[in-house]
Amino acid sequence: MKKETEFMSVNFLISQAKNIQKVIDENAPEIETLDQNIGDGDHIFNIQRGLKLVIELEGTIKDLPLPKALNTIAMKVLSGIGGSSGALFGTFFISMAKSPNLDKDVDFNKACEMIIGGVKAMKERGKADVGEKTMMDVLIPVSEKLNEIKNNNSDMKKGLNEVIKIAEDRMLSTKDMLATKGRASFLGERAKGHIDPGARSSQLIIDTICKSVINQ
Amino acid sequence: MKKFINKPDDFLKESLNGFGKAHSDIIKVSLDPSFVSRKNKTKDGKVSLISGGGSGHEPMHGGFVGHGMLDAACPGFVFSAPAPDQMQAAAEHVDSGAGVLFIVKNYSGDIMNFQMGAEMYSGKNESIITNDDVAVEDSTFTTGRRGVAATVLVEKIVGSLAEDGGSLEECKKLGEKVNKNAGTMGVAFTSCTVPAAGKPTFDIGDDEMEFGVGIHGEPGRKREKIQPSKTIVGNILDAILDNLKPENNEKTLLFVNGMGGTPLTELYLVYDDACQILKSKGVEVTRSLVGNYCTSLEMQGASITLLKCDEEILKHWGAPVHTAALRWGM
Repeated sequence: MKKETEFMSVNFLISQAKNIQKVIDENAPEIETLDQNIGDGDHIFNIQRGLKLVIELEGTIKDLPLPKALNTIAMKVLSGIGGSSGALFGTFFISMAKSPNLDKDVDFNKACEMIIGGVKAMKERGKADVGEKTMMDVLIPVSEKLNEIKNNNSDMKKGLNEVIKIAEDRMLSTKDMLATKGRASFLGERAKGHIDPGARSSQLIIDTICKSVINQ
Repeated sequence: MKKFINKPDDFLKESLNGFGKAHSDIIKVSLDPSFVSRKNKTKDGKVSLISGGGSGHEPMHGGFVGHGMLDAACPGFVFSAPAPDQMQAAAEHVDSGAGVLFIVKNYSGDIMNFQMGAEMYSGKNESIITNDDVAVEDSTFTTGRRGVAATVLVEKIVGSLAEDGGSLEECKKLGEKVNKNAGTMGVAFTSCTVPAAGKPTFDIGDDEMEFGVGIHGEPGRKREKIQPSKTIVGNILDAILDNLKPENNEKTLLFVNGMGGTPLTELYLVYDDACQILKSKGVEVTRSLVGNYCTSLEMQGASITLLKCDEEILKHWGAPVHTAALRWGM
């Protein structure tokens, strides 16, 4: 009998990082342009450097218990990316590492709980909410949808397809927003008409993970 | 892009190595995690001052480590906030038991990373946030004003109080006073190029300037046609005075800061214009600083900072300082 999908195992994390790296690399020129429109153009390099560093951790973390592996990833992301992205993604992994009962296999509901907790920690760290033209415009609604799927015991594949749709809609919705957080906030009205690069990279990450889980 | 680079990935490390070798009489560079600290240990009972931020603003902040200013500085990648492990390691290295004051410029990334560093450091610590850039509206609905060149003045003045044995609370209070009494605005004629990006951060016409530009090339208040220096300086000072509202004949420090690509000849011309305009408005300039201290890589442009000075500020401004970039009185 085929073993049930293992969510959030160290193998799962590394293979997702590799999938994400491929998609981010394919979309790098677009993200770079978005960031040059309203930021300072470094977001794509930070994300690419972070992914490379995490993938290089494979040998170090593959036999570690999950909380230790997550903490190792967190510290690498914090110190290797730097800037806002480093602090926010680092906070996400630190929060996941602190989830209870990680010694047992992580099922889909448990994985949802970890992600929901991680996004909540990011929200507190960045003091940003939806509507401020940041990556949180994608991550918060996605987290809310995961909570709904988990609580209603909805069909996983159907639910994840809805998550993909929400992430895309919310990423596109940042285009007409004024930025009130981060460097784009200094642009005022000039930030309008451009999709937030952090929202785009987050949406690509969510899209990649969801599709890979759906097709497993 | 024309820059002195071997490999973009090694850019920061190699520059730090050179900085460490050139100023080995004053500072020491540690790598992994990277921070610049004084060559000598912090004396017992002295509050330690730690600042940091993205690289590309040299000599800020590493150039201000030494007697009378900072105890340590944490450099991030170019224009990218340093990571919490750098702040933690620097604090553990320099704290003599009197506590650590983190001096942080107001940017989302710097605030988050310094907050995490402060949480990870087990010793007593406080933070002050500089936000002197009057080009940006301050409101509770935005990230707020940016921390720019007045950070140099905060580091110098609070650094002197710390040498004199001021407590952590007193240092924090003085730092907040200097920040509140300072206003800055900058103008850019050209963009800067982040090495990892390889192309200019923004496009600007040969006859244009960005009025109110940030130190990472962030847009300011408006894009305009370039004007005579007196007009530019007058417009900058109007914005600052409108914000600081100095009393008649109030003493001030006038700081003309180069963005990296403008020669000193022009900065002194700007200083002359600013002195004349301030005099005509009844503002007394009693202290000066002119040079490249808070830069934006190779950007052509300048910022003007005006600091309202009381006796306490004047005393600590004049106190001896010995760092790579600022030295007097010893």
